[in-house]
Amino acid sequence: MWQSLYDELKDKGFMVVAVAEESRGAEHARPWIEQAKSTYWQLIDTEHRLSDLYNLVNVPQAVWIDENGTIVRPPETAGSTDHFRRMNLETRTMSPEDQAARLAARQAYLDAVRAWVSSGTHALPAEAARAALPKVTSEIAEARARFRLGVWLREHGNTTEGDRQMDIASNLHPESWSMWRQAADLQEVGKASGPGFWKRVQALGERPYYPPPRL
Amino acid sequence: MTVILTPTDEYRVAAHDGLWMSAADAERVTGWTLKPEGMCRDERCVPLPASAVKGRDVDVEAFWQKLGGPVIASSESDVWALGAPADERNAALEGLQAPDVTLPDVDGVPRTLSQLRGKKVFLATWASW
Repeated sequence: MWQSLYDELKDKGFMVVAVAEESRGAEHARPWIEQAKSTYWQLIDTEHRLSDLYNLVNVPQAVWIDENGTIVRPPETAGSTDHFRRMNLETRTMSPEDQAARLAARQAYLDAVRAWVSSGTHALPAEAARAALPKVTSEIAEARARFRLGVWLREHGNTTEGDRQMDIASNLHPESWSMWRQAADLQEVGKASGPGFWKRVQALGERPYYPPPRL
Repeated sequence: MTVILTPTDEYRVAAHDGLWMSAADAERVTGWTLKPEGMCRDERCVPLPASAVKGRDVDVEAFWQKLGGPVIASSESDVWALGAPADERNAALEGLQAPDVTLPDVDGVPRTLSQLRGKKVFLATWASW
């Protein structure tokens, strides 16, 4: 997904780290990774540890980190848009206008990454970066612990209890699409984008599924 | 044996009556050491209520809750998860130093984010689902 961007920028001190939030494990992610033929890091995160550490709620989200290891942009949507919400579910297609707008938004995001690497543009000053961080609440902290427990229990054959813990986790942290969709996927591959998913998306109403980055 | 999951590790501990365990096991699991002042790590000590210490045994559930972290038990109470306290996560992020993480690549080779110091890093998630 990021290979051409990486190829273009790798000689300018740039690195991509793609992390698969994938509780089914490496073998489940392997076909996608091999197809991508990526030369940047592709890491497997079965416990969604990155989401815990960086307070992430969906994929794809990205964090920009500078040469000193400083976060210069908080977690934000990495090039995806909400146009999919208007797609024709029978044909799985979007209108030409929406397809164009979606591509343009992705292009604008990639251009912002390019500008950051070349000239430091879009890196936020510390105060602005800090202010844009989503806050971890005690409910989110509990949801993370329950999600971790749920993944472990499922992996060790206790499906019922694992699902129960993951369900409580999603109720505690309903903004996390990753928790809900991962739990659905563990129940059955495909369920994460099934009718239950679309019902949740519709329930968002005017709220975004992929909040646009404030570039 | 009781299984204890922390945000990064998994331990098997001879715990009893919930998460009562020896001070040595408590240190192995939490990284905090039992001292007369309470549970201590580096310069910081968290005082424990008298009810959470018996001889050289510590109630890790009580300690972890005092720290502000979630403690979740499976219905059989054989597997527990100790979550990171929200304040700890917020403080780390607000410091803007990218939290370090080590994760395996698809062949199991561990990679650590801080190895990339000196480069601009675009850290992005994806999933098959």
